[in-house]
Formats: sequence, structure tokens, C-alpha cells
Amino acid sequence: MPAFPKKLLWVLLALAFLVPLLHPLFPDVVSDYRLFLVSTMIIAAIAVLGLNLLTGFNGQISLGHGAFYAVGAYTAAVLMDHLNMPYWATLPCAAVVCFIVGYLFGLPALRLEGHYLALATFALALAVPQILKYKWLEGVTGGVQGIVLNKPEVPFGLPLSEDQWLYYYCLIVMVVLYWAAANMLNSRSGRAMMAIRDQYMAADTMGIDTALYKTVTFGISAAYTGIAGALSASAIAFVSPDSFTIFLSIKFLIGLVVGGVGSLAGSVVGGIFYVLVDNSAQALSLFVKNDLGLQFDLSAYTVFGILLIVLMYLMPMGIVGGVYLLMRRLRGLRG
Amino acid sequence: MKTNRRTFVAGVSAAAVLSGSRVAYAQKKYDDGASDTEIKIGHTNPYSGPASAYGVIGKTIEAYWKSVNEAGGINGRKVKFITLDDGYNPAKTVECIRQLVEQDKVLCTFNTLGTPTNTAIHKYMNQKKVPMLYVATGASKWGKPKEFPWTMGYQPDYHTEAVIYAKHILANVKDAKIAVLMQNDDYGKDYYEGFKEGLGKDIGRIAKHVSYETTDPTVDSQVIQLKDSGANVFFNIAIPKFAAQAMRKAGDLGWKPVQYLNNVSSSVASTMKPAGFENVQGVITAQYLMDPTDKQWDDNADMKMWRAWMAKSNPGASLSDASNVFAHSVAALMHETLKKCGDNLTRENLMRQAANFQKFRLPLLLPGITVSTSPTDYYPIQAVQLSRFKGESWDLFGDVMHAESS
Repeated sequence: MPAFPKKLLWVLLALAFLVPLLHPLFPDVVSDYRLFLVSTMIIAAIAVLGLNLLTGFNGQISLGHGAFYAVGAYTAAVLMDHLNMPYWATLPCAAVVCFIVGYLFGLPALRLEGHYLALATFALALAVPQILKYKWLEGVTGGVQGIVLNKPEVPFGLPLSEDQWLYYYCLIVMVVLYWAAANMLNSRSGRAMMAIRDQYMAADTMGIDTALYKTVTFGISAAYTGIAGALSASAIAFVSPDSFTIFLSIKFLIGLVVGGVGSLAGSVVGGIFYVLVDNSAQALSLFVKNDLGLQFDLSAYTVFGILLIVLMYLMPMGIVGGVYLLMRRLRGLRG
Repeated sequence: MKTNRRTFVAGVSAAAVLSGSRVAYAQKKYDDGASDTEIKIGHTNPYSGPASAYGVIGKTIEAYWKSVNEAGGINGRKVKFITLDDGYNPAKTVECIRQLVEQDKVLCTFNTLGTPTNTAIHKYMNQKKVPMLYVATGASKWGKPKEFPWTMGYQPDYHTEAVIYAKHILANVKDAKIAVLMQNDDYGKDYYEGFKEGLGKDIGRIAKHVSYETTDPTVDSQVIQLKDSGANVFFNIAIPKFAAQAMRKAGDLGWKPVQYLNNVSSSVASTMKPAGFENVQGVITAQYLMDPTDKQWDDNADMKMWRAWMAKSNPGASLSDASNVFAHSVAALMHETLKKCGDNLTRENLMRQAANFQKFRLPLLLPGITVSTSPTDYYPIQAVQLSRFKGESWDLFGDVMHAESS
């Protein structure tokens, strides 16, 4: 899939940085709550970005990225709670821990292909919440009670609210990670990763160390998702095993497929999509019931499912792929 | 003391205010979420996900407010009840609650369900000074007015209930050797901690303690382990599905200990019947609400009222689900609290009224159990009565027990 037009990217980025400053003008539109919601979208986007590196660019399927998200969140929470580490310092720690966990998990995963790998990662996602509750770890993880944290404080006496600062914090982290991923993919290593996805045997024959690349990609992917988890621990100011059920992993996968597999911009769109739809699905089902007067008791997940089916039918390449296709067709009509 | 004109006027107006709320028209006071026509209440509940069985509670509460509005509302104001699905995911609960408080600007939240979910918003609600009333969890941490003056629980906490069982065992069972089955989560642990505290120096009487996960298919192997320990008392800390399995398995194995069952699973329809009535004779539990499937309440005025209300305002909902009784009772308490606020619908006054119940008789509570709160007592219901299963229903015995929670 072609890269996103650079100009558009800069415009979007500038807009993203300016939006919170509009708060004095439109206090109700640019409210703290909305910014918080956008922060959760950014966090989701980073997590999906991590999954995309693995699945979209390296061709390894993971149904268990919620596990790395949980490990990242708990790493951050434990460091803040037990060692009083400042919230920003927990990000690199979470990244390192998740990289190691991901790398180690990638070693046995080398022997597993396709569906088998999907199942193994699925098992990981199921196991992590249970491990967090395990009695030997309870002293550290807080067991089922979880850990209550403080929200990030605004640094340097900046005239921002907590949520505005959180928004900037998440945005900066995402920009850095996006830039790093784009550079990596544009390098020799990135091409090697994609070559493994496209033609494993050919890549192997050409002298690419496939085992190394696959495990390292697994590690980097886990580190990205782990950073997202650490950010979420700061944003929500609470972690508990119940936050990291198997649904989380599935949501990341939905975000990935909806946004566009193998597209960095698609990851961001996918992250935004699932938070948005997750939030509006219930409102939509209520709307159908109360305002349209239809006597269907649709659950939010039903609405979510229907939306997904429609979207996959209309845009099988994900939103970014679909938009790109549409643009090309329009251009074709013109020219 | 000399009475001058100013004190006289002040005294008269004070008397006017006290003599009737209608007179005090100018005294209307509102915070966010309250107005002349409306009171906004926020709520979160798992309508989807692993705990979606609790979804009926949200639906019944919604039906309750609808029927209140149809009858004219509270002091002329309609209740706008906004309920959101958090899927029992604490991260999602934070999002939902922030939406309710910051976008929808509710006066208070009410009966938000779940221990981890409420833990996630506990600090936030108290920082924002928004009342978080009658939360739907039996953990013992919701009644701490000093640290968390804006949060109040509702049901008797698990901790207290377990203390009562422990004391009963020590007083009634000779040479007790106790086997404990426990769900491995916060709810199970709260019970178990209370139980150990109740045993005190007799803690060594616990012969065996095993746990299960809600994802386990059965608890058969756990029950076999418990039986092999040679225990003569069985304390069953399990939700209905597993509690029933455990009691049935004990019966199949021919294990006949004195059985104590947590209140969470005291429903006749969803626990006792599936376990097989022959296996559950003599099981002891503690109750505070009337069980709708218990025939002894058939002629009770409260139960008749509830059944009539269910038929009229909540058709389609199960008449045998104790959750619907719970939902009705807690909504009725909220109703009464708002009524007491009169025209002073500030958050502060709401908390003051919630913390000011003296032996209030709430429909559907067992006879003799009432609601009492004070600025230092944030546990509305603290009494339970033991009952023993006999035939096909519960048989209350002994006195209503009032326990001061730790």
C-alpha cells in the first residue's frame, strides 16, 4: 500500500497540536472529556501500530497483543506505585520489558505458522490476566484489586489542564513512534521484514536471517503495544486484570483490519475507529430503540458487528485502502 | 435576651422554611444535573461481556425510574436516568463515568456495578465531589466517609457476612474442621478474609482451602479435595452456577458436612433447585432481601407490590431472578433519598440526606431489617438473618443480626 501523502500528514499533525488551544473559544466542544477520549484513541492507535508491524509488515498473526498491552501497563503501574518512578520514565522501561517478553515469545513462535501462531498468542492473551492474579505475584500486582495510580501532573507549570497535558503527552509519544516505525520500514531491515511476509522462502534464499528478523519484529511489535499499555495506565490511573480480557486483543485486531493491514496511517485510523465505534455503538442501539421506535433490543456488540460487516464489504482493504482506491478512481474519471 | 427586629425576622423566616417545603419556594438550590424539571442520574452496568448476567439490574432500575416518572416524578421533577455499558472493564468504566460527569453533567451516579470497576472511579468521583451512591458491590471498602466522603455502599458487605458465619460455626459446631471453596477474585477474598477474622484464634480449624476460576467448567475436583480433608463444615463462597455444582457434587460423594452458603447464591431458582433439593437440606445462609422464589413471601404485602409492579412496569423480566428484587429495593432507596432532598438538590445535600436514614423501612428487605446511616456510618444495610433450607424454601431462624463492619 502506498505511503500517506506527506503534506496531508503535516497538516493533520499541526491541527492535532492546535486543537486543545481552542479550548477558551469553544469550551464545550474542546472539553477535557473529549480530549481524554482522543487520548484513548491515540493510545489505541499506538497499540494497533505495534500489531501492524508484526501482522501487516511481517506477516505473523497475533491474537494476543492484549497480553503485551497488559504487561506494559503493569510494568508502568508497578514502577510508579512501588518505586515512585515518574510516569514518563516508565515508558522506556515498559518498552524494554515488553521487547524482552515479545522476543522470548517470538522464539518458540518461530516454529509456528499462520493459524498455529494465532492460537499460541490467543493462549497468551488468556493466560496473562490469570498470571496477574497469581498469589506469588499478588504483592506486586495487587491481585484482583489492581493498582490505583495518580494521573500525570502538568510539568514546568504549563497553563494546561491534566487532560490537555495527557493529550499532548500521548500525541508526542505517538508521533515519535510513528516516525521511528516509518523510518524502520523504509530501511534495509524494513524491506527484509516485508520480504519475509511476501515470500518467505525467497527471502531466506537471499540471505536474510529470517529467524532473527521474525523474533526481533515480534519484540519491537510487543514493545510498541507495551508503550501503549503504559500510557493507558497513566491515562486511566488504574490497572486491574479485568481491564485486559481477551476482547482487548480482538479489538486491536479489528482496529488493524478496519484501518488497513500493512499501512501505518491505517493503524492510526483503526485505533480511532474502534474507540469511536465502541463508544457510539451503544448510543446507536439506543437511538434505534428509543428514537426510531423499532422494538429491537440490539446489543452494542451487535451494532459493532453489523458495522464491521458493512465496512468489510465496502472496503475490503480497510478504511485507508478504501479511501485510496476511491481517490484513484476519481482521478481516473477526471483524467 | 432582647429581641430586636432583625432576629425576629430571621426567626420567622427560619420557621417558615422549616414549616413546609412548599413555602420555601425561594430556597431552591441546584447543582449540575438538577433543575426545576429534571434530575439527572448516571449509571454504569455490564450489559455485555463476561458479567452481562448483571445486565438485568440496570434494566429493572431503568424501568423503576420510568414508572416513577409516569407517576409524576419526584417533587415534580422527572428523573433522567442515563445508563451506559462498561462491559465490566474498569478502563471502560472510567470513560463512561467521565462522560456522565463531564458531558452529561449528572447530579450523581447510582448503583454502578462491580468491585474493580468502582475501584477505578473511586478517587475520581471523590476529587470531583460527585456523589457515588449505593454502589452495587459487597466489598467492604465503600463505607469510608473520612477518606471518601462522596461514596456510599448499599448491601451488607461480604466481610461482615463471613464474620457472622464464622461466629455461628464456632458457637454451634463441635470440633469444627472447615473446608472452604472460594472464587479466586476480590469477592471471594473479601469473604475469606472476613471468615478468617471471624474465626480469630481458631483459624487453625480451616482444614482445607481451595479456589476456582470463573472460567473453570466445573468445581468437581475441588469438592473431592475438600471432602478428602475430612472436614465436617463446608463454607461455599461461590456464585450460583458453581455453588450449585459444589453442593450437588458433595451430595453425590455422600459428603455430609454442615454447609454454609454465601448470600450471593441464595436464590432458590438459580442455586438450590439446580443443586437438587435433596442435596441442600439444612444448608445455612444469611439473607437481607426477600427471595422472590421463596413461597413463604407469597402473601407478603411487599412481595405482592413488587409482583404487581413487575407485571405492569417491567414485563418480560424474570419473576424468579433475585437481581430484580435487588434492583427494585436499591432504586427505592435512591427514590427516597431524592425525595428527602426536597428542593435543595445540591450534591452536598444529597450526601447529607443519604447519610441521614434512621431505621428506614425499605420494601422487600426482610422483616426487622432497616436502613440506617449517619455521617460516620456509610453502610446502609448492616443486618442479616440466618436461614436454613428446608423442603423447597428458606426458613429464617434466630434473630436479625446487626454487625458493625470493620
